[in-house]
Amino acid sequence: MSSETENKEMGTVTTIYHEFESWEVNRGEKTIHAKRMPGFFRTVKNYTQLALWLPFFLVPYMRWNGKQAVLFDIQNRQFHFFDLTILPQDIWMLSLVLLMAAMTLFGVTSVASRVWCGYFCFQTAWIDWFTWLEDKIEGNPQARRKLDEAPISLDKIKKKGLKHGIWMLFALLTGISFSIWFVDAPTYWNNLIHLDLPKVGWIVLVMFFGGTYLLAGFMREQACIWLCPYARIQGVMSDSQTILPAYDEKRGEPRGKLRRGAVTGAPQGDCIDCFQCVQVCPTGVDIRQGSQLGCITCGLCIDACDAIMDKIGKPRGLIRYACLDELSGKPVHKIYQHPRTLVYLAIVIVALSGIVYGLTHLGSMTLRVIPERQPLFVMMSDGSIQNKYDFKVVNKTAKDLHVKVSAEGGVPGQVIIGAENPPLTHHGRGTSFTIFVKAPGASVKEEVTPIEFRVEAVEDPSVSAEYHSKFNGPKRN
Amino acid sequence: MSDKHDAGGVPTTGHVWDDDLADFANQPPKWWMLGLTASAIWCVVYFLYYPSFGLSSTQTFFKGLAGWTAIGEMNADTSVVDEVRGKYEAKLKDMTPAAILADSELTEYVTRSGKVLFGDNCAACHGTNGVGAADKQGFIAPILRDDDWLYGGNIEDIHTSIMGGRQGVMTPHKDVLSAAEIDTLANAVAAGTPTSTPLFAEKGCTVCHGADGKGLAAMGSANLTDSVWRFESSLEGIKYTIANGVNAGPGSRDAVMPSFQAAGKLSDAEMKKLAVYVYKFGK
Repeated sequence: MSSETENKEMGTVTTIYHEFESWEVNRGEKTIHAKRMPGFFRTVKNYTQLALWLPFFLVPYMRWNGKQAVLFDIQNRQFHFFDLTILPQDIWMLSLVLLMAAMTLFGVTSVASRVWCGYFCFQTAWIDWFTWLEDKIEGNPQARRKLDEAPISLDKIKKKGLKHGIWMLFALLTGISFSIWFVDAPTYWNNLIHLDLPKVGWIVLVMFFGGTYLLAGFMREQACIWLCPYARIQGVMSDSQTILPAYDEKRGEPRGKLRRGAVTGAPQGDCIDCFQCVQVCPTGVDIRQGSQLGCITCGLCIDACDAIMDKIGKPRGLIRYACLDELSGKPVHKIYQHPRTLVYLAIVIVALSGIVYGLTHLGSMTLRVIPERQPLFVMMSDGSIQNKYDFKVVNKTAKDLHVKVSAEGGVPGQVIIGAENPPLTHHGRGTSFTIFVKAPGASVKEEVTPIEFRVEAVEDPSVSAEYHSKFNGPKRN
Repeated sequence: MSDKHDAGGVPTTGHVWDDDLADFANQPPKWWMLGLTASAIWCVVYFLYYPSFGLSSTQTFFKGLAGWTAIGEMNADTSVVDEVRGKYEAKLKDMTPAAILADSELTEYVTRSGKVLFGDNCAACHGTNGVGAADKQGFIAPILRDDDWLYGGNIEDIHTSIMGGRQGVMTPHKDVLSAAEIDTLANAVAAGTPTSTPLFAEKGCTVCHGADGKGLAAMGSANLTDSVWRFESSLEGIKYTIANGVNAGPGSRDAVMPSFQAAGKLSDAEMKKLAVYVYKFGK
């Protein structure tokens, strides 16, 4: 295209077509065989991945007081976390945990872009481990491409078979490790070995096995590019103050191949167009085109570029963590001058305080009192007014307890009926019983009188719970 | 994605619009064609597997190869429910209502099914949940929530009432007593102190209502000293009851509970369930 026609079309709608045509989107037509190069970000990534996901495999085997230390026992609707037992009543804390997780993700993303994607995400981590294995078995990227194109041979079958075999074993281990967060680990292994899992157990295992094998073995970066919703969400979290791996265009352009001893008058940028940054990229993007959806900001291109800069004797940092403001020569703000980050931080703190409050105020017993609605009250033969209440007591301690029922407030002269023998509450679940409150008719002055019920364990008075309710009486004119 | 401006050798349908617009004559994608074929096969299989079309010559329909019927599916579902209930129902057969009450698990089961039975058979007169249904004479039938029982409130009494029904009787006194006497008695009853007037004993009220006016469960006579009223509690209402009686012909108060055993509407187990359910109202 001549520069004349280019100018003519500038500013018209049709320019977007030319932009579109020059834009390359990785649609997964060819497998990306990324080169593995040592470097600072490579090391960081190795550690962050392990730090987050090694516990995924190991924590379920931890025992605490003879039971699994961390167990999300969905079947019995209990979450065990060391000494804590969280029952469905306290599940509101889960929403705070999720809120905090989301806001932490947003906050971190607003500071340093897709840190989660590049250093922590299971998709990134599993791809990294799968391709590490591929590298060990099939050789470096060139060797792998050659092997892919090679006609079928015993050697190829051996290599590919070994690779897929280990991949499948690892995928299976992933499925098992996920499952044992929800059921007792030794029991699960025992059942698995005897092929005696419940149906839902098999379904989860097969789904996770298949999902891991498919997503980490075959779909790889395609999952990040078009399957993962968080890539898009995080994409809009970054702004001109967000630091991300970026190519310093001013320093690098015009790029050109390095020629030994070449002394020409033509200006030459620091980028020698060696394509190392593209070759090491696990998602196959060219960072020199700027921030883009395919970039998971793992920093591996920075390692690659720094290595090259060292070799050609230029300063490091042609590709570096930098924000858009810095690259375009605008003043760079401090982190605390970034309102978006502060808002996220505030929400994280609110959610965190909620969780801390929840965990420290879990209590070992909860009480809910539901007054009978039809009838609201009953006139008894001696003229007294009786209300009926449905008590629901959740005993979160480890043993069955008898509870004393008492009430504060209410009507003078009221009598509590139905708890003369302290009712038994079963541990780890809710127990319900009926309580009547009878008050002399003459003392019932209000249509609705507040009353606070209290249950207290006979065996351990420190275990107690209160609940505000109402005592209903007839209309007084 | 660059050479999209000519047909690139792909055949077109031959129509050209607006000088340069043409339709490619490409085959649909293979997966799409496979999906279409699979759907067509699915339709045939589905039609043969399930009952699907009428046979006009025999006024019937093709039953399907699977032999599936809607009623069969429902029966299979209800049999699951029956199986769960079966172990409780088998126990109930030989138990007295009092024995059921002593078993907390059975009581729980019985009160659940009792709620439905009560709604279907009792609530019309006793009101939803036994709160009483008011009408112009006071209540159609007694409130079952309080502690005042005409025929006794223990579990056997309640069971007996349900099985045999109840029909209270009070003779009309309009021909026996003068208006002034009725007025005196009515005032004493309204105050909750029927024995305060000598007329109560002299005129034979004590025969049914007892010397203390507290009623006799054996006869179903009302306790006149308490705060619970079977019929209108106003002075006029009390006078009317004394004058016209209960279940004593036209103009008298109505108080008839049918016998559920005689009616044959409820099984023995169902009457036991109801007895326990009603008993639990106040306990």
